[in-house]
Amino acid sequence: MSDITKQSLTELVENIKNKKLSSTDVTKAFIDRSEKSQELNAYITNDFTSALEKAKKFDQKPNLDSKLPGIPMAVKDLFCTRDIKTTAGSKILNNFVPTYESTVTENIWNEGAILLGKLNCDEFAMGSSNETSFFGNVQSPIDRNLVPGGSSGGSASAVAGQLTPVTIGTDTGGSIRQPASFTGIVGLKPTYGSCSRYGIVAFASSLDQAGPMAQNVKDCALLHEVISSYDPKDSTSIDFKRNHYSKELTNNIKGKKIGIPKEYRVDGMPKEIEDLWQKGIQYVKDCGAETIDISLPNTSYALPTYYIVAPAEASSNLARYDGVKYGFRAKGENLIDMYEKTRSEGFGTEVQRRIMIGTYVLSSGYYDAYYLKAQKVRKLIKNDFDEAYKKVDAILTPSTPSSAFKIGEKTNDPVSMYLNDIFTVPVNLAGLPGISIPAGHDSKGYPLGLQIIGKAFDEQNILNIAYAMEEKINFKNKITDWWIK
Amino acid sequence: MSKKDSEYLINRKDNQYEVVIGLEVHAQVLSESKLFSTSATKFGAEPNTQVSLVDAAFPGMLPVINEFCVKQAIKTGIGLNAKINKRSVFDRKNYFYADLPQGYQISQFKDPIVGEGKVILDMPNGQKEVGIERLHLEQDAGKSIHDLDPQNTFVDLNRSGVALMEIVSKPDLRSPDEVNAYIKKLRSIMRYLGTCDGNMQEGSLRADVNVSVRPKGSKEFGTRCEIKNVNSIKFMQMAIEYEANRQVDLIEEGKTIDQETRLFDTKKNETRSMRSKEDAHDYRYFPDPDLLPLEVSEKFIEELKNDIPELPDDKKKRFIEEFKLSSYEANILVSDIDTAKYFEEVVAKMGKNKDIKLAVNWITGELFAVLNSKGLEISQSPVSAKNFAILINLIKNGTISGKIAKTVFELMIDGDKDPQKIVEEKGLKQQSDPKALEALIDKIINDNREKAIEYKQGKEKLFGFFVGQAMKASGGKANPQLINEILKKKL
Repeated sequence: MSDITKQSLTELVENIKNKKLSSTDVTKAFIDRSEKSQELNAYITNDFTSALEKAKKFDQKPNLDSKLPGIPMAVKDLFCTRDIKTTAGSKILNNFVPTYESTVTENIWNEGAILLGKLNCDEFAMGSSNETSFFGNVQSPIDRNLVPGGSSGGSASAVAGQLTPVTIGTDTGGSIRQPASFTGIVGLKPTYGSCSRYGIVAFASSLDQAGPMAQNVKDCALLHEVISSYDPKDSTSIDFKRNHYSKELTNNIKGKKIGIPKEYRVDGMPKEIEDLWQKGIQYVKDCGAETIDISLPNTSYALPTYYIVAPAEASSNLARYDGVKYGFRAKGENLIDMYEKTRSEGFGTEVQRRIMIGTYVLSSGYYDAYYLKAQKVRKLIKNDFDEAYKKVDAILTPSTPSSAFKIGEKTNDPVSMYLNDIFTVPVNLAGLPGISIPAGHDSKGYPLGLQIIGKAFDEQNILNIAYAMEEKINFKNKITDWWIK
Repeated sequence: MSKKDSEYLINRKDNQYEVVIGLEVHAQVLSESKLFSTSATKFGAEPNTQVSLVDAAFPGMLPVINEFCVKQAIKTGIGLNAKINKRSVFDRKNYFYADLPQGYQISQFKDPIVGEGKVILDMPNGQKEVGIERLHLEQDAGKSIHDLDPQNTFVDLNRSGVALMEIVSKPDLRSPDEVNAYIKKLRSIMRYLGTCDGNMQEGSLRADVNVSVRPKGSKEFGTRCEIKNVNSIKFMQMAIEYEANRQVDLIEEGKTIDQETRLFDTKKNETRSMRSKEDAHDYRYFPDPDLLPLEVSEKFIEELKNDIPELPDDKKKRFIEEFKLSSYEANILVSDIDTAKYFEEVVAKMGKNKDIKLAVNWITGELFAVLNSKGLEISQSPVSAKNFAILINLIKNGTISGKIAKTVFELMIDGDKDPQKIVEEKGLKQQSDPKALEALIDKIINDNREKAIEYKQGKEKLFGFFVGQAMKASGGKANPQLINEILKKKL
């Protein structure tokens, strides 16, 4: 029983289908481990009691044709879940219980999975270390007092720490790939429009995408296959032919052309990141693919562009949290006073900072210089990729410019925190799919990830490349269970 | 103030001022569901019973455009002879208010769905063209109710998210009368199209009124003030009159006019400053990232064009040509779609040998009088077009006289009775048998020999006396035309 949580999703599905394991066995195992792992602070809300009931119910009448039969799963607390508190990591939604379910989680439950609970994250997904959560830091299973990355920090910690077989996060500027890289797991940010945004607490609507986080590429492909669907309830959802990503997964990438963008060789990048990248290049070559040097000339503008577009949208998206209809409300002398107190007390520092930036860049007199300019640059960044994809099938880069850092290390330096997303942000701005896979360790033994960026709707291709590389890399995550007493 | 040659000017000492008015009309799109959600839009429902998660801006909720509302806006654009933009963009207009759940209104700012157009007004001194600047789609806000509780404000979100068309005119209007004609024309066009019910009592049509003044003959515009949210034509006219005079007074005193937003106080009949330009909201408009730009094809627009009914201007033209009506008569009949419908149904039911002039006179005379006195719309007319047509035919073919017809009409009102039956049951049929009438007239002439002689001697006025006697003797039923003919012959 004790090794149940070490099994991959694919193995668990197999074992439940072969009746070697029951949903109850599996659910119990993950609940037990989750309960022993409170020090990680990965959960904001658990739903263990009802998860166990659902597992028993499943076992009484198991539907083994579904893709996630009786599989327990915790999800990021940015997904609205019916009758289960959904906080987005914020005090302002501390008491919010949705009456509805996000499309992505609905897809997961429809395939037989069972909700374990809601995972910690940066407040409104704004952060790169999970330190902005109202519900406290998340510890990385990699090491004590190490950040798991963010904003899907609880999700990354829960998968790496085996508190859930797989999970879903959301990625606006790197929030799936960066924590995946920090914790030695696989994280996919799908093409914008691939997964419905319906029922996901919005951060920046034109960038937000839900995506899978898993122990390995195959699990990641399977979960992506479940969550990706066309949804008329989201006007930006795209109706394209979706693959059976797990079934069609292949490690044959012979003849694929992989672009290596020179602009990702940024100043001050640690040598071990550069070395990792070179190793990655060798791996894809070993797999029979060809690497080609390419240029994405506007890369250096991506981060400033992102920090205009994302806060602008956020400032408007978060206007609804005003104390009037639901969530936290502070007492005020009058309406304006109530607004001011509710939002000052309800939002944390980072969220307030971004609301202020967003409000500023949209304000009359500054709109053209900031927001409009940023939109133009965004188009140029997208053009860079379009141009590159005339020559290559995918692009290989490091996932992050460094490995995970200590809790508190960057709290007072937002710009250095923002720099974490330098390799992931351009992918969101261009609406492309990107996957981070664990590829090695740094000198401290912390995981490092490589990112494969694909053409729009070409998730299958980057999953295949990741699958092939995974085999060559043969990465082993060093989880010591340090937090379990 | 004077109205020389129907020009609306404001006079002060030696100076004359012209008033320049532009309107932003908010017309509620006639649609069963809201602009971005499937909630119902019925007027007068219990508070907060027509609210979806989207309308109340719950976390993670997303807007999905209602195609029907888009069609309605395009149809209205076609009705306003306007350019339909194949690509338009929904923007967010950001501001905080308790009845604005999202914290922003989804509207169209830079790229509206409909561009420039025009409407023609029929004014007493001729036609006047008013330019349309644009028409865009936007969401309505909810309603704050401040008077139900001493401490709290209540919010009703039934209206939140209802589709509105904002129709912006060019500053082409010059008087309260033109504003009256303009609003009525817009309402008429939209009612013909079925895109807005135009019901001002229910708030389906309201306007922001921009007013400025300038010395007569000046080409430059004065500083304008915007009077917000006026919900009746009468109030618009009163507000304009007050505001224009206020501005003229300021100029005459050598003061300047501040560009500002004002409110019209209907109780005191005055406009009051609401906020100055400096205090104006910064709405931080930007394209709504939850919605893709709205793109419509040429084919989509063409199909809607084919779906456009005959509009008031065309109908008027046709009525004048086909039915030989005067411009004045045609105007009365076409201005309200239900009147036009009624009239056309009457015409159709009258059959071949019809007297259209007579029908028009009866509609605008007797029928309108009855509707007025009963406070009814023509769509609620107690007399159906079918029975009305029969009545007109009875007059036309001489079965009853116009005078008797009035009696019959009175009887028809109660239960939409068939006039033919009334005439038969009450024996009101006109006497048109020449022999019977001759006998009757012979008797009258015999009984009034002296008067007959006087008439023959030249006292022509006495002809009326004989007609009266004949009508009286027949109980009002004699055919007056035949009476005339026979009397002329016999006297």
